[in-house]
Amino acid sequence: MKTIPFNQLQETLYHQTMDNGLDVYVLPKKGFNKTYATFTTKYGSVDNHFVPLNGSEDVQVPDGIAHFLEHKMFEKEDRDVFQDFSKQGASSNAFTSFTRTAYLFSTTQNVMQNLETLVNFVQDPYFSDQSVEKEKGIIGQEIEMYNDNSDWRAYFGVIENMFHHHPVKIDIAGTIDSIAKITKESLYTCYETFYHPSNMVLFVVGAVEPNEIMSFVEKNQASKSYKDQPPIERFFDKEPKKVAEQKKVLPMSVQVAKCLVGFKEPNPGRQGEDLLKHELSINLALDLMFGQSSENYEKLYNEGLIDQSFSYDFTEEEKFGFSIVGSNTSSPDELADRLYEMIQSFKNEAVNTDQLERIRKKKIGSFLRALNSPEFIANQFTRYRFNDMDLFEVVPMLESITAKDIEEAIKGHFAEESFTVCQVVPKS
Amino acid sequence: MAIIPHEKTSCGGLTLHRIQTDKYKTTTVVVQFKARLTKETVTERALLPYVLQSGTENYPSSKAVRTELEKLYGATLGVDLAKKGDFHVMTFRMDFANEKFLSEDEPLFKKALSLLSEVIMNPKTDGSRFDSSIVDKEKRTMKQRIQSIYDDKMRYSNMRLTQEMFPNEAFGLHIYGEKEEVDRVTAQSLYDYYKKVCAEDEIDLYLVGNLEDVDAENVVKELFPFDARQDRKSETTEKASLDVEEKEILETQEIKQGKLHMGFRSGIGYADDKYFALQVFNGMFGGFSHSKLFRNVREKESLAYYAASRYESHKGLIIVMSGIEFKNYKKTVDIIKEQLTAMRDGDFNEDEMKQTKTMICNQLLETVDDAKGMVELLYHGVVSQKLRTIEEWLDGVEAVTKEDILAVADKVKLDTVYFLKGEEA
Repeated sequence: MKTIPFNQLQETLYHQTMDNGLDVYVLPKKGFNKTYATFTTKYGSVDNHFVPLNGSEDVQVPDGIAHFLEHKMFEKEDRDVFQDFSKQGASSNAFTSFTRTAYLFSTTQNVMQNLETLVNFVQDPYFSDQSVEKEKGIIGQEIEMYNDNSDWRAYFGVIENMFHHHPVKIDIAGTIDSIAKITKESLYTCYETFYHPSNMVLFVVGAVEPNEIMSFVEKNQASKSYKDQPPIERFFDKEPKKVAEQKKVLPMSVQVAKCLVGFKEPNPGRQGEDLLKHELSINLALDLMFGQSSENYEKLYNEGLIDQSFSYDFTEEEKFGFSIVGSNTSSPDELADRLYEMIQSFKNEAVNTDQLERIRKKKIGSFLRALNSPEFIANQFTRYRFNDMDLFEVVPMLESITAKDIEEAIKGHFAEESFTVCQVVPKS
Repeated sequence: MAIIPHEKTSCGGLTLHRIQTDKYKTTTVVVQFKARLTKETVTERALLPYVLQSGTENYPSSKAVRTELEKLYGATLGVDLAKKGDFHVMTFRMDFANEKFLSEDEPLFKKALSLLSEVIMNPKTDGSRFDSSIVDKEKRTMKQRIQSIYDDKMRYSNMRLTQEMFPNEAFGLHIYGEKEEVDRVTAQSLYDYYKKVCAEDEIDLYLVGNLEDVDAENVVKELFPFDARQDRKSETTEKASLDVEEKEILETQEIKQGKLHMGFRSGIGYADDKYFALQVFNGMFGGFSHSKLFRNVREKESLAYYAASRYESHKGLIIVMSGIEFKNYKKTVDIIKEQLTAMRDGDFNEDEMKQTKTMICNQLLETVDDAKGMVELLYHGVVSQKLRTIEEWLDGVEAVTKEDILAVADKVKLDTVYFLKGEEA
């Protein structure tokens, strides 16, 4: 077991890689009642084209299958795993993102027993024809719930606009038609390919003792007969730099319009420190441009073009990245134009270093605040780890980024051909 | 040691609550202003915190306030409104880094509280009223905020259900007030209301974090010099009457999924001895994934992705929510009613009770790990005039018997079934 201290933050992280390749991390939190654990595979909605384990040819699986699989993991031949957890005083859950599927629990008691339940249920799939059919009704209602959610529709709409081929443009849950094609066999294919321990990370944070966790996991994994797995081959079609669609307008049953603008990252592919630096640089730039202390925010708010729902974010993974900015608004077209102009004029100016120092402080403070949350630590650490980044390098990286780094990052990112708009408007 | 090390002191016109803990990397401040929810004040009260955070005498714009917050290592400031029983609660929250985790050792406590004091005590005015350009902007934003409730179908359905359940009572009002009333508010009328709030509201200020090196009491006295006020401790919430007839409200919009919301009355609130039994009842009925609603509506019948119930702690309500296909409306309502009947018939075993109690206690202890959650739990004690320690709460839940649950189930009465459906149904 490796001990990794972070003196300034007064935290210590413990790490061990098991013989079968599973990476286990433990972060003890003093004074907390709760323990939070996530067991995550590097497999999400974008991984829909790959060579199955022991297969010779690549396959294309139905949209929404990673999320469907996540649902079905909880159902076993004789029981429902939710009940196992709750009998042991834990609440359990799971989520599927573009690139990850995470299973988790939180509890204030029976930590080791719950951890055993978590590891064992994720490593022991059981799918039947009947239970697959039953789940289609439940997930169908989940899909419809999102279809009525105007914020989600605007968000997915803008991502859909950006990409020609990349499966990030497909809704994580799929569609009612696409999930109809899912079978027990296709679930097993995905499971066997992506749920090998070497493709997964276990993170435990809270009221725990690292040695006890590590030796438990070591024993547990040694008792299971995993064979070494070759690297997974995933396929993504070549994605042009240009966006697929420049504008989309979705009429919905709403009273207030929404306008989101997006920029597709034209040169993804970064990992590790490069990605950390790029992601933080663009996010600093967005804060400088649109933070609540910025002139742009003040102008847009005073002119009544945005309200408190205004938000912005940049995110990048290995094969794709994008920034999205927008708000509820009374004038969706005008807002789109103004946001575009503001971004372009920011690109042409030098970064104001006083402002940069202030925003840097703000980001450091936000990161400290985030460390109060066990959920943030486990989920973000895992996301960083899957991109060869280190969550605990955020503060040193923030301290090292210069005005020039930001100027360079935004030049590439906010290009005209990468720009797109999605609006939700009231149905007349 | 107590699970929440909570110390209470009277500090002039407010009550200071100190919670000393070293488990966080930041310090959290929450200021709660409590007054009765009334039709006459709801719209002004909703606007007030948004106007206050938009400019002070020394930091005359939202931009200036936000710039100061950034300088304090990204201190956060947020305002919020809530309905707690018969009260309309205004909340100001601030959270700032504890300097011992920063590479520069810059004391932030006094600076951060001074800024919060500026926002609350020293608003930007032109003489004897608020700055009218700030008020105008916030009125515009408030109208949009009220309109956008319609756009979130779950929130909209909740609002409509509450309106239908309490058509002639203040509890039926929405915390944002009424869109048609916003235009009536002026910089003068809002300022007059602000003065009244400062003089009369019951105010509680919570500090959560490592407070060992700060003189919290004197800092708060100096920065929040509210005058002593009339004791309003006798004001409590009137429980929702159980004398109601069941009614059905159907509404149509162009949507894909139906929203079924059912409002029940329980007659039980936080201060009552039966409160713990209400919690256990709700947990078994629809509070968890082992509950009757989740198991029957979702797992057994595949009718929904979510089917849950939650209780309101002061007025004495239980609300059931589920998203379903339009055509399954009758069937789902029947199944939900059957689950209530099953609860009344005692159709549950010791294991389910034990499981539910364990989950409730787990939830309480987890809530205490979060500074805001801790304050929320403690504030129930202010609203209900009955302060309980977490230990008492945990013991109370453990002690609930099957008879207690049956007594709750017997009392629970269906008031309104609200269904928002699509046009083709």
